[in-house]
Amino acid sequence: MNKTPLHAHHLKLSAKMGEFAGYDMPLYYGEGVVAEHEWVRSHAGLFDVSHMGQVTVTGAGAAAFFEKLTPSAFQSLAHGVAKYTVLTNENGGIIDDLIITRTGDDAFFAVINAGCKDKDIAWMKANLPSGLTFTVLDDRALIALQGPKAEGALRDVLGIDAADLGYMRMTTAKLADGTEVFISRLGYTGEDGFELSVPSAKAGKVWDDLLSHDDVKPIGLAARDSLRLDMGYPLYGHDIDDTTSPVEADIAWVIGKQNTGFLGAHRVLKEKGEGASRRRVGLALIDKGVAREGSEIFDPAAPDRKIGVLTSGSFSPSLKQSIGQGYVESAFAKEGQDVLIRVRGRDLRASISKMPFVKAGTKSAAK
Amino acid sequence: MPADLKYTKDHEWLKIEGGNVAVVGITEYAQDALGDLVYVELPSIGRSLKKGEDFAVVESVKTAAEVYSPVTGEVVAVNDDLPDNPEKIKESIEAGWIAKIKMTDPADMEGLMDKSSYAAFLKGLTG
Repeated sequence: MNKTPLHAHHLKLSAKMGEFAGYDMPLYYGEGVVAEHEWVRSHAGLFDVSHMGQVTVTGAGAAAFFEKLTPSAFQSLAHGVAKYTVLTNENGGIIDDLIITRTGDDAFFAVINAGCKDKDIAWMKANLPSGLTFTVLDDRALIALQGPKAEGALRDVLGIDAADLGYMRMTTAKLADGTEVFISRLGYTGEDGFELSVPSAKAGKVWDDLLSHDDVKPIGLAARDSLRLDMGYPLYGHDIDDTTSPVEADIAWVIGKQNTGFLGAHRVLKEKGEGASRRRVGLALIDKGVAREGSEIFDPAAPDRKIGVLTSGSFSPSLKQSIGQGYVESAFAKEGQDVLIRVRGRDLRASISKMPFVKAGTKSAAK
Repeated sequence: MPADLKYTKDHEWLKIEGGNVAVVGITEYAQDALGDLVYVELPSIGRSLKKGEDFAVVESVKTAAEVYSPVTGEVVAVNDDLPDNPEKIKESIEAGWIAKIKMTDPADMEGLMDKSSYAAFLKGLTG
């Protein structure tokens, strides 16, 4: 199994380890997932997300390259601005969701999902026009610091003042020894926070230094999942995949107005105009229990009629309630609509809910 | 864990009451593996169970674990406290039992582990 540069640190912290996307990763540490979830919402949590892929594309035409591979607009994107988007295939399905940051006129930095690394890299290389350079930054670790106390911890520990860095903005900073780190103000928890791209050799020291702060505790992948569920963020391979379009996935806002030439545009733009037959929605259980991925969704007016399927679901430590995401027929994709979710043969009452389920604590873009 | 309990390889414990009623719960090992508990789905009273049949579900944030009946019999009582207070499973035998099953075949008890053999079994699992 693959290991991140911080693997030994997780073992030293007695993390409960488990496999994720081919990596041996920390699921939770000593206090467990509920305490970790609540800590991120109230303090600051430190996540090792080095299993994710970091790549750069440079050269004249790099913006046009990403306007072919994603539905978003990059020509007009300002330097230092990060954008959430998706790689689409020729059929308008989603190859991966990712964050792409413009780092120069002809330079972009992207972070891709661990489980999609191989196929994304192959896809980008296969579509790369001559003259562009594609680089995998496999010598860098990625550390996320998330929570209302993140900005203070970053300043106190690393001497990095990010007060003026807006949401979805990236900058570079130097550690005490001169090492350059990329700092992006974004994350997967809904809290204010940062992702730090650090040379692998320096990751251990940054990790230990940040953990020495009273407001910072290590957080595993289990809480990363429950935190993102609160926010209604999709998880690739579950809530979005090669068959779901951005319109079905209810992330049509990634489509840039002027971009009509991306791969799969024929389907995606048609669905954007006419609507899709199914849509990703948030669901909250009314009855007791926990509904998980794969549970089928039924029409309460005709309880034998299947109208959808749950693609993520768990118990939210924030809400003390089972929440999830799934796809339902578009006629049912409206807030407040009651549905039934079949869990081990029992039909539990649930309702279609607005996402995020929990108010985001992220900063505004302009500061 | 008290010495008079019996254990299964699926990490249930059971205690015999009144000669033929098995009180069933899950062991500390299972509790630790699950982490924070958020819900317990109980069987209905009167349900007939075969040895090895799943009859309850213990849910943690991350996963759902089925609980298997160590014996054949009929559910005669359930711990109604658990759906609202699932963490009680970890408190004690008295607070954390899941169901009481009236056994129809006392031979089901054969082959269950006592405290020391369960401890040895766990040691084999963790190396």
